[in-house]
Order: sequence, then structure tokens, then C-alpha cells
Amino acid sequence: MVLIFVELDNGSIKKTSLEAVAYGAAVAKATGTTATALAIGTADAAELAKAGTYGATKVLHANAAELANENAMAYASVLAAAVKNENAEVVVLPKSGLCDAMGARAAAKLGASIVSGVTELPDVSNGIKVTRSIYTGKAFATVDVKGAVKILGIKKNAIEAVEGTGNASVETFTPALNNGDFVAKVTGQEKATGELSLTEADIIVSGGRGMKGPDNWQPLLDLASALGAATGCSKPVSDLDWRPHHEHIGQTGIKVAPNLYIACGISGAIQHLAGVNSSKVIVAINKDPEAPFFKAADYGIVGDVFDILPRLTKAVKEAK
Amino acid sequence: MKILVCITNVPDTTAKISFTDNNTKLNKAGVQYIIGPYDDYALARAVELKEQQGGTITVLNVGEAESDPQIRKALAIGADDAVRVNAEPTDSYFTATQIAAIAKEGGYDLILMGRESIDFNSGVVHGLVGEMLGIPSFSPVMKLDIEGTTAKFAREIEGGKEFLEAPLPLVLGCQEPIAEWKIPNMRGIMTARTKPLKVVEPVAVDDLATLDQYTLPAPKGACKMIPADQAETLISLLKTEAKVL
Ligand SMILES: Cc1cc2nc3c(=O)[nH]c(=O)nc-3n(C[C@H](O)[C@H](O)[C@H](O)COP(=O)(O)OP(=O)(O)OC[C@H]3O[C@@H](n4cnc5c(N)ncnc54)[C@H](O)[C@@H]3O)c2cc1C
Ligand SMILES: Nc1ncnc2c1ncn2[C@@H]1O[C@H](COP(=O)(O)O)[C@@H](O)[C@H]1O
Repeated sequence: MVLIFVELDNGSIKKTSLEAVAYGAAVAKATGTTATALAIGTADAAELAKAGTYGATKVLHANAAELANENAMAYASVLAAAVKNENAEVVVLPKSGLCDAMGARAAAKLGASIVSGVTELPDVSNGIKVTRSIYTGKAFATVDVKGAVKILGIKKNAIEAVEGTGNASVETFTPALNNGDFVAKVTGQEKATGELSLTEADIIVSGGRGMKGPDNWQPLLDLASALGAATGCSKPVSDLDWRPHHEHIGQTGIKVAPNLYIACGISGAIQHLAGVNSSKVIVAINKDPEAPFFKAADYGIVGDVFDILPRLTKAVKEAK
Repeated sequence: MKILVCITNVPDTTAKISFTDNNTKLNKAGVQYIIGPYDDYALARAVELKEQQGGTITVLNVGEAESDPQIRKALAIGADDAVRVNAEPTDSYFTATQIAAIAKEGGYDLILMGRESIDFNSGVVHGLVGEMLGIPSFSPVMKLDIEGTTAKFAREIEGGKEFLEAPLPLVLGCQEPIAEWKIPNMRGIMTARTKPLKVVEPVAVDDLATLDQYTLPAPKGACKMIPADQAETLISLLKTEAKVL
């Protein structure tokens, strides 16, 4: 049995989680078993049944009031209980802070193997072998996963998720909760609302020090909005507080894997590239023809961002 | 307060990665090693907390003798003593089991790690260690204060941050801007030479994941340059050629 954890965002299953379902369903098919999804938090049955269209045959829904906050420790306990209940041999989690944390704690509870950063479907010809990203995208490792329970954290785009016509039954899941998982008190939250998440986004427009200052971001935001893209930045830009910290992309920031990454006035230092090298297509716009980003890009424009960006925005709008 | 800081010994962020021995070993020729950048943030915050409140800092690395220069650097930055578990860290579960064994013995109030290692990028060792010790773990933590036996901290969440309070002991995975990286001073470097570095052998762990082989990504094709005066054609190329719009 393959168990997939699906992350909810305001009652909807995240796109990366639907990919995880497709991944888990493909593993189940290859190993002659079925796939069950586990969702924690509030969502309606119709939304949860979506997991069926990506190949799950059952959805377990844990929705105790105590689980309303994303609490990795409590979620790990629910996940471990589901693994035992369903006799899961393979557990699939999308890559996120929450999933890494809950996967790790569940692995320790279960004595399970845990491998994260998995980039493609496993080789199941002799046990389970997975390929994972290491050295921040500079290399891959193929790993023989040996535990009785195998927890796999998968990266975005590890599989092309295609919606099908399958059906999943939704069952309420009510494992016992541990008080020990609730010792931390959440005392506040600061969250940008209505922003596209960088890890979910298909397109990212990102700016570096070449944008010259916090007040110059409008042309970049305009292009992002025309493309339906999320926005990111280089480390110095967030260090200088030109943009919020959660937009910082790279080796010491968020690692992203969009279909399209547009870098505006970013030099392309190796530490920045480390966070974007899983992107499918990279565009670099830089006034310096020698900027290292051009070596990592698929398309390049040598020019001034303040001239190029508005013209690209106009072209996007006209092409619609 | 007793603080344990777990550090990795990893290739410098600018290192070119290649492999030897039939793609089963990292080619270490010409590679500079550093303390993992996130671990360095954890260490920096530990030093600040010690300056404020007193206490001791122990650094811990699971690694072979080649880690020693980085361990000495951590001692020079301000740790009091060090433990190295003498083993090649190949799997997160293995590494976490070693850390948990040392942590159990030491009875630490605070165990600080980096949000992730930059070789394996797993982001799981803190959660594994927390669960193995039966104490809470949080990551990535970007702000941390200790008041008595309570930790008050902020964690990065998607699109923002969350503020939390939890009783010690705790395991925290750290990232900037929790503190600024610290550079050792001359006095630190001198005293680090004589600070204790204990080397212990690993405890036995079931083999849960083994490396088969390493591979490098396919080389990137040439970048297609679009003249600035025709910048608009980029949009149609992204549509029709790259098919990403
Ligand atoms: C341990 C470590 C970790 C790091 N981690 C990260 C990380 O996670 N992410 C990260 O981004 N960096 C990271 N860095 C920093 C990294 O080395 C670079 O310093 C940083 O990425 C440079 O940012 P930048 O490209 O915005 O700025 P710069 O290097 O200053 O580049 C600005 C670019 O803009 C171009 N430009 C200027 N004006 C214009 C214009 N009008 N139009 C078009 N182009 C213009 C310039 O030609 C230049 O190429 C790290 C460094 C270290 C040591
Ligand atoms: N070999 C190791 N020795 C000591 N600490 C480690 C080791 N590997 C990982 N850690 C700690 O665990 C954190 C997360 O690592 P990882 O789960 O590999 O991304 C790192 O930032 C370190 O603080």
C-alpha cells in the first residue's frame, strides 16, 4: 500500500500535493498495490475526492479541531497512525517545510527509511531505488531504500501529473492525539495574503540588485501579474529589505522549480543558481553581456531591465 | 544553559561537484570545505545566547577526521568543547541516531541545527532527532530568544512567519536572519587549539538507505540571445518554442 500525504491550503489540495498523489499512484501501479491519500485539516469531501482523479482509491481525512493549525508534530503522529492502519510500505510526501518536518518525525516513530528531494519515479525492478537531488541541485544520488516503511519526499515536477477520471472514497480518520504534540503555543502570525506561493508557482519573476532599489519593483510586479507569476529575489535584495525575506531564492533561501524562471538584474552567482537550477526554462535579463546567469539560462536579453520589463509586460498582454 | 550545536562539514557553496570511483565518491580534489551555512547561523545565535545568559556550547559533527578543521573553527567562534562521531554520514536516519545518542548523554537545554545541510539538503535531521529524544522540533527558525525555560521564536512559513513559544528542551533548525555569521578572532583561534575535541565511535544503526551511485545533471544547451530591440519576441518564443506560457 502506498500512502500519500496531501497538503491543504484554505481547504484546497495544493498542486504539488496532487503531483504527489499522481506519483504515489504510479508507484502503487508499478508495485501492484493501491494508493490512499491522507489529508489533515478542513476541506470538503468534493475537494478531497479530487485525489481520486489523480489515482488514489481512498482518502483518509483527519479533521479534529486540534489539527486546525499546521502542527508538524501532531501531523506526524496522525501520519504514523495512518501508516500502521493501512499497512503502508511506501509513504509519499510533497516537498515543503511542513512535510519535511512531519515526515522526519514519523520516520523516527516508525523506524522508517526517509529520503527527501526525490526527482523522478523509482526503479522498482529490485526493491525501491530512487534518485534524489543533492549538493543543492548540482548533482543527483541514486539510493537503495531498504526500510520496511519507506518515506519519500518528492520535489516539484518529479512527475507530470495528469488528471484522470478515477474515484476515491473519502473516510474520516480519527486517531488518538498526543498532548505532547501540542506543547508549543502559536502567539502570532504575519502572512502576506493573496500572494502566489513560490514553491507552487509555475512561473516566477525574480529581481536582483540590478533593480536598484525597493521603489523600482513596479515594472517587475507588472510583468509577474500579467504572467500570473510569483515574485522572488536574490539574497542581497532581501538582506537590504528591498523585498520580504520569504522571497529570497537560492542556496540559503527557497529552492524553486517552476516551468519558467525570469531573472531580472541578477548576476547569476552560483549560490543563487543553486536555488533555481531545477527550473525547466530560465530567462536572464541583464545589462552586462558577461553576467554568469547567461551560462545557466535558456534565453537571454542583454539590456536594461527598466526598458525591457515594461515592453515584455505589454507583449504578454497583447498576446492574450 | 547547555547548548548543543550540530554542524556539517560541506563543500564550499561555490565548489564544482564531480565524482570518482565509478561515481560512488565525491571528488575532493580542490574542494574547499566549510561549516554548513545554516549551521553557521545556528552557531552564531548560540554564541550570542551564551554571551547574554552564560552557559556552555558543545559542537557536534558526525563525520571523519577531515571535519576537524571546521570543528576547530566552531571552537574558535565560541564553542567550549566538541564531539565528533567518527563515521561517514551517508543517511539522515544514521546521522540522527548518532546525534540523539550524544544528546541523550549530555542533557542539553537547546539543540540547534541548520535548516538543512547543503550536501544532502534533506531538512529532516532535526525532526528525526527531536522525535528520537521525545522533545519538540521546529524549522526553519529565523528568530530566537530564551526567557527562563521558555523559547520564544519565529518560524518561516509559506508567505510569512509564525511566532511561537515552547518549553525547553527543544531542537531547532535555524536560518538567517537569526544572527549574523561570526568570524573567529585571533584570541578565539589561539584558545580553540586547546579546547577539548572528543572523538567517539558510532552506535549501530540498521541500514535503511544505501548509496547506489552519483550522477551529474545533463549539461545545459547554449543560451539563445535575443537582441534588446526585439525583446518582445521572447514572449512568442516562450509560447511556441519553449511551450511554457
Ligand atoms: C554562503 C553564501 C550563500 C549565499 N546564498 C545566496 C542565496 O541563497 N541566494 C542568492 O541570491 N545569493 C546568495 N549568496 C550571494 C551571492 O554570492 C551573490 O552575492 C548574490 O546572488 C548577488 O545578488 P545579485 O545578483 O542581486 O547582485 P549583484 O551581484 O550585484 O548583481 C546585480 C546584477 O544586475 C545587473 N544590472 C545592474 N543594473 C542593471 C539594469 N539596469 N538592467 C539590467 N541588469 C542590471 C548587473 O550587471 C549585475 O549582473 C550567497 C553567498 C554566500 C557566500
Ligand atoms: N553529519 C552531521 N553532523 C552533525 N550535524 C548534522 C550532520 N548532518 C546534518 N546535521 C544537522 O542537521 C541539519 C539538517 O540536515 P539535513 O537533514 O541533512 O538537511 C544540518 O543543518 C545540521 O545542523
